[in-house]
Amino acid sequence: MKTNEEKTAGKELPAEGTVITGSEALIFSLLKENADTIFGYPGGAIMPVYDALFDYRDQLNHVLVRHEQGAAHAAESYAKILGKTGVVLVTSGPGATNLVTGLANAMIDSVPMVAFSGQVSSNLLGTDAFQETDVIGITMPVTKWNYQITSAEEIPEIVAKAFYIASTGRPGPVMIDITKDAQFGKIKWHYEKCRRIRSYFPYPKVQMDKVEKAAHLINKAQKPLLIAGRGILISKAEEELMNLVTKADIPVTTTLLGLSSFPVDHPLNVGMPGMHGNMAPNIKTNECDLLIAIGMRFDDRITGRLDDYANQAKIIHIEIDHSEIGKNVTSDVAIVADAKDALSRLLPLVKENDHKEWVESFRKEYKKEYEKVIKPARESKGLDIKMDEVVHLISDKTDGQAIVVTDVGQHQMVVARNYCFKQARSFVTSGGLGTMGFGLPAAVGAKVARPDRVVLGFAGDGGFQMTIQELGTIAQHKLPVKMILLNNSFLGMVRQWQDMFFDKRYSFTELANPAFTKIASEGYGIASRYIEKREDLEKAVDEMLDTEGPFLLEVKVMKEQNVFPMVPAGASVSHMVTE
Amino acid sequence: MEKIKEFTIKVYSENNIGLLNRLTIIFTRRKINIESLTTSEYHIPGVHSFTIVVNSTETMIRKIISQIQKLVDVMKAFYYHSDEIIYQEIALYKVPTSALLESNEIENLVRRYNARILEVTPEYTAIEKTGHKEDTQELLEKLKPFGLLEFVRSGRVAITKPMKELAVHLQELEEATNYTND
Repeated sequence: MKTNEEKTAGKELPAEGTVITGSEALIFSLLKENADTIFGYPGGAIMPVYDALFDYRDQLNHVLVRHEQGAAHAAESYAKILGKTGVVLVTSGPGATNLVTGLANAMIDSVPMVAFSGQVSSNLLGTDAFQETDVIGITMPVTKWNYQITSAEEIPEIVAKAFYIASTGRPGPVMIDITKDAQFGKIKWHYEKCRRIRSYFPYPKVQMDKVEKAAHLINKAQKPLLIAGRGILISKAEEELMNLVTKADIPVTTTLLGLSSFPVDHPLNVGMPGMHGNMAPNIKTNECDLLIAIGMRFDDRITGRLDDYANQAKIIHIEIDHSEIGKNVTSDVAIVADAKDALSRLLPLVKENDHKEWVESFRKEYKKEYEKVIKPARESKGLDIKMDEVVHLISDKTDGQAIVVTDVGQHQMVVARNYCFKQARSFVTSGGLGTMGFGLPAAVGAKVARPDRVVLGFAGDGGFQMTIQELGTIAQHKLPVKMILLNNSFLGMVRQWQDMFFDKRYSFTELANPAFTKIASEGYGIASRYIEKREDLEKAVDEMLDTEGPFLLEVKVMKEQNVFPMVPAGASVSHMVTE
Repeated sequence: MEKIKEFTIKVYSENNIGLLNRLTIIFTRRKINIESLTTSEYHIPGVHSFTIVVNSTETMIRKIISQIQKLVDVMKAFYYHSDEIIYQEIALYKVPTSALLESNEIENLVRRYNARILEVTPEYTAIEKTGHKEDTQELLEKLKPFGLLEFVRSGRVAITKPMKELAVHLQELEEATNYTND
């Protein structure tokens, strides 16, 4: 018997022309693409690849998840943190269908990921063979590209194409289905990186006339506001963003997925826009004279009622995906390009400027929000602990330097509003799809990506139970993830809507929960602490951060806390409610 | 409310398995019915062309074209109003030969509608007509009383009036693109 722990000799890649199997070709192709980590789960139709992987496990760190959905989310998180393509490996049939949620999540949040699934032998395709499913058909709407490999010869070329497509332009997930006979087949090894595809136009060149028009609008604007989306992080344009806004003195609001692209404590950071964003960026969207949107797609959770969104403003939209231009919001100047490229060309044309009063007006609005909403939540005097106090305290204790991962729901909004991000690529969350269960596997992926940084995984009691089995992954791989479970015994966000819009009819949102800390500690040997009193909070947070290995901190929080302020669904961004 | 009109969409792509599916998903997502669809190899080797007819608003069509153009295997997508293209559909009709022989009415119809007889057997006669849907439909209505046995109409094929060639479009796209960002 050979085990995973035994070290391999660090096998080298074979010479060109060496005859190898399709499975080996897949492993070597991954190494050629500089992959170093695979999130996966073995099964019948992918066994030849797993067998080939066994000899290269020191070069390709395989993280064994407990459910394929977890593999996808972990890979997404890994990709987001490192700005590098995540790799997933699963078997056919249920292995592949379990990936679908993760692919959809990666698709809508533009995450580079290549997922491989095993498939029945090509002679059995279409015969309802054991664990056969139409993976290509199923995953088509939720992938940027997908392909079924039926012969070993195709493997190197298709893998190269997959990585190229996943990582370039607007990134996204690529699914590659490989039949078992292709895995067993023999080929002569040859690898060439993909550098272009004739029908694919990933990086439109910046049109300078558009940049000049944009610069003109920026230079004459009295009340500009910049929305930074995930595109800033994807193109690694944080510095260009900083240079532009400090030069022209433009307030910056970062979308949920754009969080950490601009330091939260910077004087020009005016918070987050959208449904549970801050008052100032929402209200000022309808007061500004110029809205500069970069690497974002005007999601409905950001715009609220579209016909009352920034009508008074000129709009500059910088976005790499031309199909986002004019999809939801019509812009005056659209620059279809990579954010870094566009910003670095824009910068020299933008004049130094000063919008002191305008920037100050955001601060005034923030003060109002602070007094009305933020302070009462962070400094609650009531019997119950509020989510905001926990997040605020942990933000302070980690000095805004941790990698923060969330699940979906109330706690997600509270974390986004209260964590003081100081470093880029420090926030991982499920934005567009709102995937409950994302948090725990994503925390796994983040820790694997950056073992050197503190990884905080926030979750609510609902989402935590959707992928709770990944505690097994954390335990087996000894990943020192710090899990903070904000337990209100409710599906809190749904309950909040029931409270506000459905006459407090709490239809199936109350949860009878297990003893989470017992599951963690007694079941998985993960250190944990349960607290329900405010006076125990700080000590428990210290204990969590001082513990070397993984830790679950479960905080019993107020059962019926609502997240405010809020732009109710279908309302204008001008009309935020605070209660 | 913006007016719903008929649009002809032309898509030029790689001839890859599954692309048709990826194309139709874009329409089904927005609950738009495809009125007709024709696909064939283009005169440039390796390029495939799709002609798709849909009824929708121009705003919607513009967004759809953008999303089609975004597909990795699609080279270029265009949409046209009916007056910007020259288009045809082909219809085949099968009538009993006895009806043809009983009078000269069918023969007159064939002549009047610029149709042609493809095959005459003791049992049936096959007639072909090329034209716009209204024309082939009209002939269909006229042939029905004669005991029409079978009818089929193809999807639309269209060539465009604008003179700019696909190769020029592609070259422009290529020149406006960086393929890597390093």
